[in-house]
Amino acid sequence: MVKLTIDQRIVEVPEGSTIMDAANVAGIPIPKLCFLKEINEIGACRVCVVEIEGKEKLVTSCNNKVEEGMVVYTNSPKVRKNRKKTVEMILAQHDSNCVTCARNTNCSLQKITNELNILDVPYEKEYQKLPWNKNFPLIRDSSKCIKCMRCIQICDKVQGVKVWDTDGTGSRTDVYVTNNRTIEESDCTLCGQCITHCPVGALRERDDTEKAWWAIENGKKVTVAQVAPAVRAAWGEALGLSREEATMGKITDALKRIGFDYVFDTVFTADLTIMEEGSEFIERFKKGDTQKMPMFTSCCPGWVRFIKSQYPHLVSRLSSAKSPQQMFGAVMKTYFAKKIGVNPEDMVTVSIMPCVAKKGESNMELFYEEYAGKDVDVVLTTRELNRMIKTAHIDPKTLKDVPCDDPMDMGTGAGVIFGTTGGVMEAALRSAYYLITGENPDPDAFYGVRSSREQDKWKEATYNIEGITVKTAVVNGLGNTRALIEALERGDVHYDFVEVMACPGGCVGGGGQPIHDGLELATTRSQNLRNLDTNAKLRFSHENQAVAKLYEEFLEKPLSHKSHMLLHTDHNAWEMPRSKR
Amino acid sequence: MSRLEIPVPNKAQIIVEQLYKDLERRIEASPSGLCPIDMSKAFLELCHAQTCGKCVPCRVGLGQLKKLISDVLDGKATMETLDLMKETATSIMETADCAIGYEAANMIYKGLVGFYDEYVAHIELGRCHCNYQQPVPCVSLCPAGVDIPGYIALVREGRYQDAIRLIRKDNPFPTTCGFICEHPCEARCRRNMVDDAVNIRGLKRMAADLAGKVEPPACQPSTGKKVAIVGGGPGGLSTAYYLQLMGHQVVVYEMLPKLGGMLRYGIPNYRLPKDRLDDDINAILETGVQVKHGLRIGIDITIDELREQYDAVLITIGASTDKKLGIEGENATGVISAVQFLRDVGKDNAIDLKGQEVCVIGGGNVSMDAVRTAVRLGAKKVSIVYRRRVADMTALKDEIEGAIAEGVEVQTLKAPVRIETNEDGTVAGLWVQPQMISKITNGRAGVKSTGEPEQMIPCQTIIVAIGQDIEYQHFADAGVPVKRGVIQTERDGGFDLLPGVFAGGDCATGPASVVKAIGASKVIAANIDEYLGYHHVITCDVEVPQPNIEDREPCGRVNMTEREVCERVCDFKGVENAMTEAECKQEASRCLRCDHFGYGVLKGGRKTLW
Repeated sequence: MVKLTIDQRIVEVPEGSTIMDAANVAGIPIPKLCFLKEINEIGACRVCVVEIEGKEKLVTSCNNKVEEGMVVYTNSPKVRKNRKKTVEMILAQHDSNCVTCARNTNCSLQKITNELNILDVPYEKEYQKLPWNKNFPLIRDSSKCIKCMRCIQICDKVQGVKVWDTDGTGSRTDVYVTNNRTIEESDCTLCGQCITHCPVGALRERDDTEKAWWAIENGKKVTVAQVAPAVRAAWGEALGLSREEATMGKITDALKRIGFDYVFDTVFTADLTIMEEGSEFIERFKKGDTQKMPMFTSCCPGWVRFIKSQYPHLVSRLSSAKSPQQMFGAVMKTYFAKKIGVNPEDMVTVSIMPCVAKKGESNMELFYEEYAGKDVDVVLTTRELNRMIKTAHIDPKTLKDVPCDDPMDMGTGAGVIFGTTGGVMEAALRSAYYLITGENPDPDAFYGVRSSREQDKWKEATYNIEGITVKTAVVNGLGNTRALIEALERGDVHYDFVEVMACPGGCVGGGGQPIHDGLELATTRSQNLRNLDTNAKLRFSHENQAVAKLYEEFLEKPLSHKSHMLLHTDHNAWEMPRSKR
Repeated sequence: MSRLEIPVPNKAQIIVEQLYKDLERRIEASPSGLCPIDMSKAFLELCHAQTCGKCVPCRVGLGQLKKLISDVLDGKATMETLDLMKETATSIMETADCAIGYEAANMIYKGLVGFYDEYVAHIELGRCHCNYQQPVPCVSLCPAGVDIPGYIALVREGRYQDAIRLIRKDNPFPTTCGFICEHPCEARCRRNMVDDAVNIRGLKRMAADLAGKVEPPACQPSTGKKVAIVGGGPGGLSTAYYLQLMGHQVVVYEMLPKLGGMLRYGIPNYRLPKDRLDDDINAILETGVQVKHGLRIGIDITIDELREQYDAVLITIGASTDKKLGIEGENATGVISAVQFLRDVGKDNAIDLKGQEVCVIGGGNVSMDAVRTAVRLGAKKVSIVYRRRVADMTALKDEIEGAIAEGVEVQTLKAPVRIETNEDGTVAGLWVQPQMISKITNGRAGVKSTGEPEQMIPCQTIIVAIGQDIEYQHFADAGVPVKRGVIQTERDGGFDLLPGVFAGGDCATGPASVVKAIGASKVIAANIDEYLGYHHVITCDVEVPQPNIEDREPCGRVNMTEREVCERVCDFKGVENAMTEAECKQEASRCLRCDHFGYGVLKGGRKTLW
C-alpha cells in the first residue's frame, strides 16, 4: 500500500494505483475528458492535471502512478487556472453550437465547461469541417472532434478493426478513417462503439427520426413498429425512469402515443429465429457440416459486416437465417399486411434497435409476390426513440403498460435474452434440446453459455443431448471474435455452433444505446434481461403459440420453401469493402 | 561626446541568440515522418522573417510562396498552384539580390522537385495524407529496435541484470554495443530539445559493466529442426541466438579460430576488450548453439551440402576482403590491407612496426582503428592520408579526435598516386597529389588537383583502409544472386529461387554497423522460423518501471572519459573509462521516457514481442 496526501486528505491505495484512482478513493473526482479506463489512458486532453508538491510542472492524474508520501493538489489555484485554460483551448477548436448537437446535455465537454464556469473563450474559433457522407449510418462531424483518440482506441483495442487513426501531422493532426479511405470504402462494421465512447457529439448515428415522423404523419401509410429486446433494458436511463419502471409495455404506450398504428415486440421474431436457425443448425450438424468449422449465428449485422470484410472465405459458415429485425419486417409486409388488408407498399416498418449496424442491415431487399422493397424501412436507435418521445413531449412518468398488437403479441424469455451475450445460444440450445429429444430441458440447463462484457476472450460449453455432443462457444466484442476465429483457423479449438455479438456485452452494450460517459452498463442491462427471462411464463421459443400459429397459417414449417424465401438470406448478395490487412 | 562606440548587443538580441541555439537543438531532435510540406512552410516562415525587406522577390515573393503552400496544406490548391509555386520559386532564385532570398526560394524549389508526389497527394486528397509513424525517436532509429527507454529506466533503478535481459530481447550483444555501437539512437533524442541527447550507448555499457554475468533465457521446446549458419560474426551469432531460443538447433560454421567476426578480428581490443566480447558470445553459446571451426565454405564444405544436411542455411560471412587502390606499387612489400592488418593483431600475430613510419589511406572508422593500432604497435610516425578534409571523413568524430590525441598526423587533401618502392621491393614512400576542396554535389564536397607538384610521404608500411568487399564467388556459383559484390536477398532475407537459404549482415548490405547486422538478424530469425513452419515469438518478462514525474530541469550530459593518452598508447587495454554509479543514475534520469510521455503512450510506445 502507498500512503499519500490529496487535498489535505490522507489516502492509502494499492501500489501501482494512478493518482486519479487514489483521488477517487478519497472521494475527489478529478475532472477528465479523454480518459477511458484501460482503453485510453494517454493524457491527451490535459484536463485531469494535478499539482504535486515540489514539482513545477503539472502532471496528468489519469496515467501517472502514486508514490509514497506524495502531496497532491487537485484544486490548487495553479491547477484551476491551467485546467480552465486547457478547456478554453479545446473550445477554440470545437464547434460549440450546442443547441443543435445530438449530445446537448449529455456532453462531457459541455459539462466541464459549465463546471469550470467558462463564460467566455479568449481565443478565436478555428475548427475545420471536413466533408462527410450524410447518408452513411455513422456520421462524424470533424468540427466537434476534440481529438481525445477514444474512437481510435476502442476500434483498435476492443474491436480490433482499426477504422480510425490519427491523420495528418503537426498542427493539422486530426482523426480520420485509416489508410486514407472514406468511411464507406472502409471495413467499418457499424458497431457504433466509437459513438458510445465519444465524449462529445463528433460521432453519432444518422438521424432517421424525420423519416419515421413523415410516415406517421402521412395519412396513406400504415406504420408498424418493432422494438428489440435490448432496448427495454436501456431506454429509461435517459428519461429518468428506474429499471423497474422502464418496461417494454411503456415503450409500446410511448410509440402508440407518438402515432404508430401497430407496435410489436421483436422478441416474437427472436423466437422465430430460434425455430429457423435452430433447425438449420440441427440439419447442418447432422450432415457433418460443422466438423471442421462451426456454424455462426447471423443475427448481429456488425458481426456479419466483420466476417464479410475480414474473413470473406468464412461467410458460408454463417447461418442463412435473417436477423429477428429483418424477419419481422418480412412477416409484417407479407403475413401481417395480408391479415389487415394493407398493400405492403403502403406499410412503413420501423424498428427500434440498440444498434447502428441495423441501419445498414435494413438495406437488404425483400421480394414477395408483387412486392419489391425492403423488410424494414426505417431503423431508429434507442437514442432516437428517446428523442422522439421528447419531441412528442411525453412525460415518461405518465406512460402505462400497454400490450403489443395482435396477432404477433407473444414473446418468450428465450427471445428476450437475444439482447445479451450468450442469450441466442442459450435460447437455441433450449429449443434444440426439445427438437432432438421431444422434451423440454430445465430452462436454466444451459447456464454455461451465459457470458458477459467482462468475459476474457470467449466462453465455451459442451453439451450432450441424447448422445449427441455439441460444442459451443459464445463471444462478444470483435477483438475477441478475431482471436476466436484465428484459434479456429489454426485448429487450436473446434466448435459446432458459435454465437457472435459485435458489441461488448452483446446488444445491451450496443452502439445505439443511451450514452453514459465513463460508465459501462452492458452487464447491468444484461441482468435486467436475464431477470425478465427468469420471471417469464414461457421460456422456450418453441412454446410461442403466436409463432406456431404463423407457421400453421403461413410459413408451414421451419426451413420450408416460404421460410427460405422470407426468413433466410444470401449473405453474398451484397458487397462489403474488404479489409486491406 | 564620443565619436565611436563599442557595440553592445541589446537584451533582445542576446535572448534571440539563445533561441537560435534552442531551435538548432530542436531541429536536431526533429522526429521523422512529419509532413514535408508542413515543414517546408515552417522553414519558409523563418526565411521570410529573415528578409531585410529591400528587394521585391524576397520581401514579396516569399510571402506569396507562403500563401500558396498554405493553400496546398489547407486543401485549397490545384495543380496550377504547383506550377505557380515553381515559377515563383525559380523567379526568386534568379532575381533575388542576396542569399536570404535565393536560398530560401531554393529550399522550396528543392521540395517541389524532391517530394513532388507529396504535393500532388495533398492536392488529390484535399488534405495531408502523412501519418506520424515514429513515436519513440531512439527506438525507431535503432536498427535492432532495442527498448531503450525501458532499459534506461531499469538502469536508473539499479536493475542492471534486468536491463541486460531486456536489451537481449532485441540485441544479444549488449556488452559489445555498450562499447562500440555507432548509436544512431542518440541522433534525434528528444532530450536535445531540453539540453543534449542522452548518452544511450554509455548507459548500455554501464548496464553491461554493472550487471555481471546474466544467464540467457530458457529455450523453447526443441523443434528438431537444424539450421546451419555460415559465419560467426555478430549477424550470424545473433540469428543463432534467436533461432536457438525458438527451439531450433543451430550450428555455426566459422573459419577462424574464434567467434565474433569483425568484432574480434576487426575492432581493436582498446575499443572493445575481447574478454568483454566473450561475455556476449558465451551467453549466446549457453543457449546450446554448436560451433564448427576451421571449415571454409566452398573449399571444405559446400552450400549444397549444407542445404542437404540442414533444414535451413544462413549466410552471414561479412565483408572481409579488401578493396584495392589500383595505383602503381600496390603489390610492394609493406602494403597491407587494413582488414588483414587488424585480423593479424586480433590473432596475436601483429606485424612489427617498431620505429617505422606508417601511412594509412582512408578516412573511415577502419582507418582510425588502423592508425591507432599502428601507434600501439610502436610506429614512430603514423599518418592518415585522405583525399578530402577531416569534416568529410566518414569515421565517428570521437574516433578521429582519439586518433589525433594519440599523435596521429592527419594529412588531408592528399590523393595517393603511386607507391615508391626500394630496389628490394619494399615500400619507400607514398606519392600524393595535393587536392583542393571543390564543388558540392549531392551534399558531398568534391576535390580537384591544386596543380602543385606531387609530394612524397616517406614510409615503410602502407595500410589500405578504403573499404571492404565480400568473398562471394562460391555463393555465386551455388546460385546465390550477387550484384556489385553484394549478395542480393529479398526483403525477408531469403531468395526466391533458393528456398531455405537466407543471407544477412555485411555480406548482404555491404560494410555496415554491428547494430544493423543485429537488426537484420531479427528479421532473418523470424523468417527462418516461419519457413520452418513455426510462429515463435521472442519476448521478455522484465517489467519496465513506471516513468518518473520529476520536472525536466536542464542538466548536462555525462560523456565518457578516456584514459590518459600517454598511458593508453602503450597498451591495447580499453581506452574508455566507465561512468560512476552516480553519473550513471543521473544520466539515466535525463531520459524523457518518450514511451510514456508524448505519442508513445497512444501508439508504438513499447513492442513487447516480435
